[in-house]
Amino acid sequence: MDLFGSYALLLAFLCMLYAVGGGIAAIITRRPLLIKSARNAGFAVCALVWLGFGSLLYLFLTDDFSMAYVSAHSNRNLATFYKIPAVWSGQEGSLLFWSFLLSIYVFSVLFTYRGKHPELMPYVGVVTASVQGFFLILNNFIASPFQIFAAPGAGGVMHLATQADGRGLNPLLQYPEMSIHPPMLYSGYTGFTIPFAFALAALLGRYPGEKWIHLTRRWTMIAWCFQSIGILLGAHWAYAVLGWGGYWGWDPVENASLMPWLTGTAFLHSVMMQEKRGMMRVWNVWLVFSTFFLCILGTSLTRSGAVNSVHAFAESKIGHWFWSFLVICIVVCLVAYLKNRDYLRSDNQLDSMLSRESSFLFNNLILLVACVAVLSGTLFPVLSEAVRGSKISVGPPFFNLVNVPIGLFLLFLTGVGPLLAWRKTSTESMRRNFGWPLVGGAVGAVLAVAFGLRNPYVTICVLLSGFVTLTVLSEFYRGSRVISARTGSNLFSSAAQLTMRNTRRYGGYVVHFGMVLIFIGLCGTPFNKDRQMEMNPGSVMALGPYTLHLQNFDTDQQPNYSSERATIDVDRGGKSLMMLYPQRRFYPSNEESGTMVAISSTLKEDLYVVYAGRSPDTNMPVIHAYLNPLVKWIWLGGVVVVFGTILALLPNRQAVLVVRPVAETSPAVQGQQTVPATYTARSQLPTSHD
Amino acid sequence: MKTKVKFAIGAGIIIVTLSCLAWVGAEQSKTYYHTIAELPTLTGSALNQRFRVGGDVKGGSIQHMSGRVDFTLVGEGKALPVSYVGTDPLPDTFKDGAQCLVEGKYMPDGRFVAEMVQAKCASKYEAAPTQGAPGANPSSSSPNAKSY
Repeated sequence: MDLFGSYALLLAFLCMLYAVGGGIAAIITRRPLLIKSARNAGFAVCALVWLGFGSLLYLFLTDDFSMAYVSAHSNRNLATFYKIPAVWSGQEGSLLFWSFLLSIYVFSVLFTYRGKHPELMPYVGVVTASVQGFFLILNNFIASPFQIFAAPGAGGVMHLATQADGRGLNPLLQYPEMSIHPPMLYSGYTGFTIPFAFALAALLGRYPGEKWIHLTRRWTMIAWCFQSIGILLGAHWAYAVLGWGGYWGWDPVENASLMPWLTGTAFLHSVMMQEKRGMMRVWNVWLVFSTFFLCILGTSLTRSGAVNSVHAFAESKIGHWFWSFLVICIVVCLVAYLKNRDYLRSDNQLDSMLSRESSFLFNNLILLVACVAVLSGTLFPVLSEAVRGSKISVGPPFFNLVNVPIGLFLLFLTGVGPLLAWRKTSTESMRRNFGWPLVGGAVGAVLAVAFGLRNPYVTICVLLSGFVTLTVLSEFYRGSRVISARTGSNLFSSAAQLTMRNTRRYGGYVVHFGMVLIFIGLCGTPFNKDRQMEMNPGSVMALGPYTLHLQNFDTDQQPNYSSERATIDVDRGGKSLMMLYPQRRFYPSNEESGTMVAISSTLKEDLYVVYAGRSPDTNMPVIHAYLNPLVKWIWLGGVVVVFGTILALLPNRQAVLVVRPVAETSPAVQGQQTVPATYTARSQLPTSHD
Repeated sequence: MKTKVKFAIGAGIIIVTLSCLAWVGAEQSKTYYHTIAELPTLTGSALNQRFRVGGDVKGGSIQHMSGRVDFTLVGEGKALPVSYVGTDPLPDTFKDGAQCLVEGKYMPDGRFVAEMVQAKCASKYEAAPTQGAPGANPSSSSPNAKSY
C-alpha cells in the first residue's frame, strides 16, 4: 500500500506538470481540445492525491509499523477513532492532508465551472495546479510520509524492519475536538487558494468586470467559515485540554491562523464596494493575495522554526521551501499587477464620510491594522534580530493593548455600517436609525456596571454589544413588518421569508450577532478568578459562590492509558450542585501525562477544575480551580456565526411576482398609456439599501 | 478631494493611536532571547532585562523543593541552573530531556530564576523522541527521527 501511495503521488506530480504546461499552452493557442485536456489533467491530479491520502489512511488503520511515519504517530492500543486524526498529526502527513483538502477544492471548482468562462478557467487551472505542484514537491521529494524502516541485514543488504508497536499519538491530541480542529483550519487555509487563483487569473487574463468577485464570493465564504470554526475549535481545545484556564494566548501558531481570517474578513466586506460601486479594485486584489500569502506563512511558521512556539513542529529544512514558495508567489503577483494595473482602475470616488463606503473603508483599515499588529508581534523576534541584532519577543500585553481597542472599534462599525446609506447618509436618518439602539446599549452598560462588571473596556463593550444587537433586530423588524403587512403572516415567519429573500444580507446580520455574543464572552476575562490548593480527601476549597469538597481519589486502567481521578462534590449555599471528576492520565507508549479538565459550564460562568498533580513537597494532590465568567458565550457565538455564514451561502429564494395596484393616474397624464398594475419582484422588498 | 482628506486624517489618528499602544505594549512585555552560552557574557544594564532561554532539561536534574523547582538546562554544551518559582503547575510535557523555554531573570550568581516554563514536547504534533527506541532506524533521515 505504501508503494501504491507513493506512486499515486508521483503520478499526481507528473499530471500536475502537464496541467500547468498544457494549461499555459492552451492559454496561448486557445485550442479547445488543449484547454479540455489541461483541465482533465487537473482532475487527474486531484484524484491521484486522494488515492495517495487514502493509502496513508489505510496504513494507519491497519497498523503498518514498517512505515516510519505510522510508527511515529500511532500504536496498536490507540482507539480506531484516533487513528484517523493521527494521519495528519505529523509534518509529512499534515502536508499530504493539505494537498488532499486543496484537491477537493480544486476538483469542485474545475467541475463546477467545466465548460464555462472559457476566458478565465484555463488561467485558474494553471494557478491552482501550480499551488498543488508546490505541495506535491513537498509530498514526493521533501517530506514523504511513505518512508519505510530498514535495517542492514546479512551482507549489508537493507531489509524491511517492521516495528512491533508504534510510539503512539501525542496525548494532547487524543481528544475528540483535535480530530476536527485541524481539518477545519486546514480547510480554511487551503480554501483561500480558490479566491486567490481567481483573482490572479482575472488579473493575468484581464478578465473584464467584477465577474471573478461574483464567482469567488461563495468559495471565500466557505473558506472563511472553516477558518472561523477552526480557530474557535482550537481555542476550545486549548481551554478544555491544556488546563491553564484560558483559551487564547497569542501564541505564534494561533496568530498564524488569525491573520488570514482578519484579511479574509476585510475582503468579504470590501468586495461589496467593488460590486456596488466599482471601487477598491486594486485593494481587493491585494487583499486576496495577502490572505493567501498569510495562509502559506501560517503553514510555514509552524514548520520553519523561525519563531518559538509551544505548537511548532520540529525545526526542519522544510521552512526554506515555504519561504521560497512565498517569495515566488509574491513576485508573480507583483509582476502581474504591475503589468495589468490599468485594468483595475476605480469607477467611483468616496463621496462622504457618513456613507456605507467610508464605514467599509474604516472596517478594512482597522482589520488590516490588526493583522499588521499581530504579524509584527509574531515576527518581532525575527524583525528585531534583523534590525537591532538581538532577538526580542513581545507577549500578550502587546497584543491585548492594540487589539482590544481595535475589536471595540470594529464592533462599533458592525452596528453603524449596515445602516449607513451608500454614497451619503443624512443626519436625520442617522438619528432615526441609531437613536434607540444607542439608548438601549447605554441602559445595558449601566446595568452591567450596577451588577459589578466594572472595567472601562467591558462597559464600552456592553454598550456596543447592546447597540449592535438592537440595530440588527431593528433591521429584521423593519423588513419583516413590510412583508407582514403585505402577506398577513406573523412577524417570525415574515422574518424567515425576509432572510431567505436576501440570504447574504440577513445571513450577514446573523454573523454580526454571533460576533456580538463572542465579544460578550470576551468581556468575562477581566473577572476571572482562580485558586490553587493542596487537598486531601475531606478538604474544602471556596471559590466565588462555590464550595468544593474533595471526596476521594481512584485510579482507572485503560488499554492506552492509566488515570488518576479526583471526585469533587461542588455545592453552592449549602446545596449540593454536582460532582466533578478532574483526571490525570498517563500514556505509557510515549511516557507522557495529560490533564483532563472537569468543566461545569453555564451561561453565567464556567467552574473549571484541574487536577494539577501531586505536590513535590508533601505528595498531596494539588487542585487548581478557576471561575471564568461568560466563556460559554464565545462558543455559542461561534455556533451563531457558522449558522449565519451557512444562511448567507444559501441561494436567494426566487423572486415571487405580486400584483400591486397602481396609484390612480392624475388628469395631467391621462393621455399617456397606463398599465393597470406593475409587477414588483418581492425579493427586492424592502427597498432599503443593501 | 475633501472627503479623501477627512478620511486620511481619520485613518492617521487611528494608526498613530494604535502605534502608540503597540509601543507601550511592546515596552511592557518585551523579552530578550539568549542562548545559554550567551548569558554569562552579558554585562551592565543588559543583565536587568527579562530573558527567554531555550534548552533541554538535563536528565535527572529536576528537583522539587519547597516553593520552587530546580533543574538544569543544557544547550550548546553549556549548562544553566534554573529555579522555577512560578505559581502555575509545570506543564505535563516538562520532564527529563524535554525541549524547554524558560522566561525570567538572570541572577548575578549564574542562576536563572524563571517565572514561566514552557516545555515543548518536541511539539504539539510531533511524537516525543523516545529514548532507546527499538533497534532499527528510519531508512532516511526524517524530521521525526531527529534528536533534540
